[in-house]
Amino acid sequence: MSCLKSLFVFLCLQISLMVGLAGPANAQSDSETLRPLINELAEGKFAETERQIGALVATGDPIVAPALEALSAGDLYVRKSDGQVFIAEKDGKQFKLTDPLTLEAQGEAGRREVKKIKVNNKLRRVIRSALGSLTLMAPDPKVRIAAAEAVFKAKDPGSIEALDTAIAAEQDANVLEVMQQARAAAVLNSDLEEAEKIAAVEILSEMGNREALSLLIGVRSSSEGAVQGAAAAAVTKIEKSIAAWDAAQNIWYGISLGSVLLLAAIGLAITFGVMGVINMAHGEMVMIGAYTTFVVQDLIRTSMPELFDYSLFIALPLAFLTAGVIGIAIERGVIRWLYGRPLETLLATWGISLILQQAVRSIFGPTNREVGNPDWMSGAFELGQMTITYNRMWIVVFALLVFAGLILVLKKTPFGLYTRAVTQNRRMAANMGIRTPWIDALTFGLGSGIAGIAGVALSQIDNVSPNLGQGYIIDSFMVVVFGGVGNLWGTLVGAMTLGVVNKFLEPYAGAVLGKIFVLVFIILFIQKRPRGLFALKGRAVEA
Amino acid sequence: MMSSFLFRAMDARAGIFLALMAAVIILVPVGNLLVPETSPFHVPTYAVTLMGKYLTYALLALAVDLVWGYCGILSLGHAAFFALGGYAMGMYLMRQIGTRGVYGDPLLPDFMVFLNWQELPWYWYGFDMFWFAALMVLLVPGLLAFVFGWFAFRSRVTGVYLSIITQALTYALLLAFFRNDMGFGGNNGLTDFKDILGFDIQADTTRAGLFAASGLALVVCFLICRSVTRSKLGKVLVAVRDAESRTRFLGYRVEHYKLFVWTLSAMMAGVAGALYVPQVGIINPGEFAPANSIEVVIWVAVGGRATLVGAVLGAVLVNFAKTWFTAALPDIWLFALGGLFVFVTLFLPKGIVGTLSDGWTALRQRRISSDFGEGSGDPPSQAPQSPGAPANVPPPGPAVSRAGAAHPQPAE
Repeated sequence: MSCLKSLFVFLCLQISLMVGLAGPANAQSDSETLRPLINELAEGKFAETERQIGALVATGDPIVAPALEALSAGDLYVRKSDGQVFIAEKDGKQFKLTDPLTLEAQGEAGRREVKKIKVNNKLRRVIRSALGSLTLMAPDPKVRIAAAEAVFKAKDPGSIEALDTAIAAEQDANVLEVMQQARAAAVLNSDLEEAEKIAAVEILSEMGNREALSLLIGVRSSSEGAVQGAAAAAVTKIEKSIAAWDAAQNIWYGISLGSVLLLAAIGLAITFGVMGVINMAHGEMVMIGAYTTFVVQDLIRTSMPELFDYSLFIALPLAFLTAGVIGIAIERGVIRWLYGRPLETLLATWGISLILQQAVRSIFGPTNREVGNPDWMSGAFELGQMTITYNRMWIVVFALLVFAGLILVLKKTPFGLYTRAVTQNRRMAANMGIRTPWIDALTFGLGSGIAGIAGVALSQIDNVSPNLGQGYIIDSFMVVVFGGVGNLWGTLVGAMTLGVVNKFLEPYAGAVLGKIFVLVFIILFIQKRPRGLFALKGRAVEA
Repeated sequence: MMSSFLFRAMDARAGIFLALMAAVIILVPVGNLLVPETSPFHVPTYAVTLMGKYLTYALLALAVDLVWGYCGILSLGHAAFFALGGYAMGMYLMRQIGTRGVYGDPLLPDFMVFLNWQELPWYWYGFDMFWFAALMVLLVPGLLAFVFGWFAFRSRVTGVYLSIITQALTYALLLAFFRNDMGFGGNNGLTDFKDILGFDIQADTTRAGLFAASGLALVVCFLICRSVTRSKLGKVLVAVRDAESRTRFLGYRVEHYKLFVWTLSAMMAGVAGALYVPQVGIINPGEFAPANSIEVVIWVAVGGRATLVGAVLGAVLVNFAKTWFTAALPDIWLFALGGLFVFVTLFLPKGIVGTLSDGWTALRQRRISSDFGEGSGDPPSQAPQSPGAPANVPPPGPAVSRAGAAHPQPAE
């Protein structure tokens, strides 16, 4: 009920705005004819007031809405001296008076100079439905839609007539649709004949959303005969369509999760897949990227807040450079001594990850750091019956862009050519004059840099803490191993598959159990295809 | 039979180790129970418990050394077997609480009463009996390892891939045990134990007894490991480690050897966990954390792979350092541990024991060769490598770094 009420307050505000804009001439003439009617509200008992409300509504002029709303809220007062009616707002010991029609301030009055117009619950109900039908004729289509939706929620058979008039006069197809749905809801709640009701059921089944579903389920249990049959059929139909939308929503969530996995894993796909280096410190590169974002935003906040919306674009290259340089340092300092000993590499990089974590903890503290969302990343929009948040959507886009960029670098640049050459046959590449140690260092730097920019994206949806990377490392390895080592497309498919499967398991098994199933599935999958979904063929496998 | 078992297990190094262990097992409890508190030789109870904990860690490290050092299977999931053994023991201890729990329920452990469970889940039956729990300590990790290994080794999942899926295994178990629905106490795990085999778990004598039991278990497992690794079976294991394909081509069923040693190792890890829990007084899902498993690997690496004694030494040293650091310089500990990982892999690939014994061998060789008038002998730290420096060996041909193995299959 209270939400209904607030809706009407909103409506009234809208109307008042409109009235203000509509021009004074119109308001003037209306208020002249309407004022006596309004003033009559102050006279007589409840029954008479009800009649007077009816008369006001009969004018069909939305301008009377604020007065009625005020009456319902108990804010309508009559001035004892001249019998004029005002909307009054208590201000200390005085009342601030507002003209109920023009909504202009009319000075103040003392406590004893005005009298409240009494109202009871029955009157409030009358006013509510009256307001609904009144606003159905409002000039603004938004107001009309809101009014129709209010009727839909209230399912008041009394408003059918008003709706019929409104539907007859309606020009806008969108509004018409909403009105017809509202009418259908009201019809089902009334004692009209069966054919009408069946038509109403059809309209509702066209609607196909959860509101229609719950309404129809109610109808199915309360009605009988043909109406019940129609309702049951409609319920099945809607349930089917809702299931389809749910599946679509799940797929979207899965893609969203998959793109996060892709971002986290794609750098690993380079270092592990292309170079054969197990980098357990990969998660920490992601974390460093996230902290770079934090530092950039911090600087922007203090020095030039107007740049905040661009903070992520500034952070991206910086995160790439920071993580990339650290990566190259790790490669030059540690990993290059361990080529050909993958398990030792694993241990050494794990040690590096511990050091990096503790370093970040010492510098920034162990608690979460706040990274803000720029305006263009907050909010959501509706697509059909799905809600899509902007930050998730941008991350999907971003992940795909990064992926495409990486493919381009590896396939179309000289650096990519060298990298692939070194991957396929290191000695031959060295014989051709490629400086393999440089390529190693740069490739590792590229993988780490990609992890860094993944960190910028993940800072938008995850807590920025020293443990950020830890949460992704196992998942990332799963993605790379599942997709097939040495194959970026495999990583893409692997990430998306795992994301979608995870999200589809969640409703049935719960988040944790779903994840366990996925892990067990991967463990079993590796038994079947030890080299992943898209294994490299040929000699590279043997070597 | 027995004598050949013992004979195989013994040599000078093992003798020193066993003598040392015997001294520790006897002296520490004596120092705690018999020496008066005023004496400088008195061992306080917390120290007994702490050392007992180290011994169980050493046993876990021994188990990892058996599979990693001798068979080349780098397990990043041994903490899972450790924790499973611990949970089996924890379940026994929970059932022993009986009516002394907060809710006083004679059958259900406190957390089940709290979660409104009506009856004991079927898998908790039998854990009121010690022999059953002790059997489960061996069987549950053993069975899991057997099934896991059966699938993994049969499909020839090797090297890094195996490491990663063992990590996935322990991670999956971590998530599973965090769930309250599993009936293992969820997040809080099992704790608040009262007594074991009728002895008060807090009493000094029980603590000393648990310490001695841990020491004995370590000695027994050490002898088993020695015996296995010095037998013909052990030689095949080393062959699998160094050149798996070649061993297979020679007609050995590689996966059978791997499966045997893998399961044995998991059972030893389970025993370690079972002894760990009563001394620490709690078991929770945190023990499954993948980071724990990786830490065990570094104990072994520090002490020296494929030395057994080194694993024990490494576990004790690193954990002692951890205890000291986390008390004195808590911020530095992760730096130190991380640095240790890097340092050991870069500069001490054979670990402390391996390097020392190499140095000893080199010294002896030099003495012998100087008798013959020619100088040779590898610098100690380079001993396992072939003369070519490891720096630029291509990843696709890693086995080159292993002496003698000129062929595929990364052995490490």
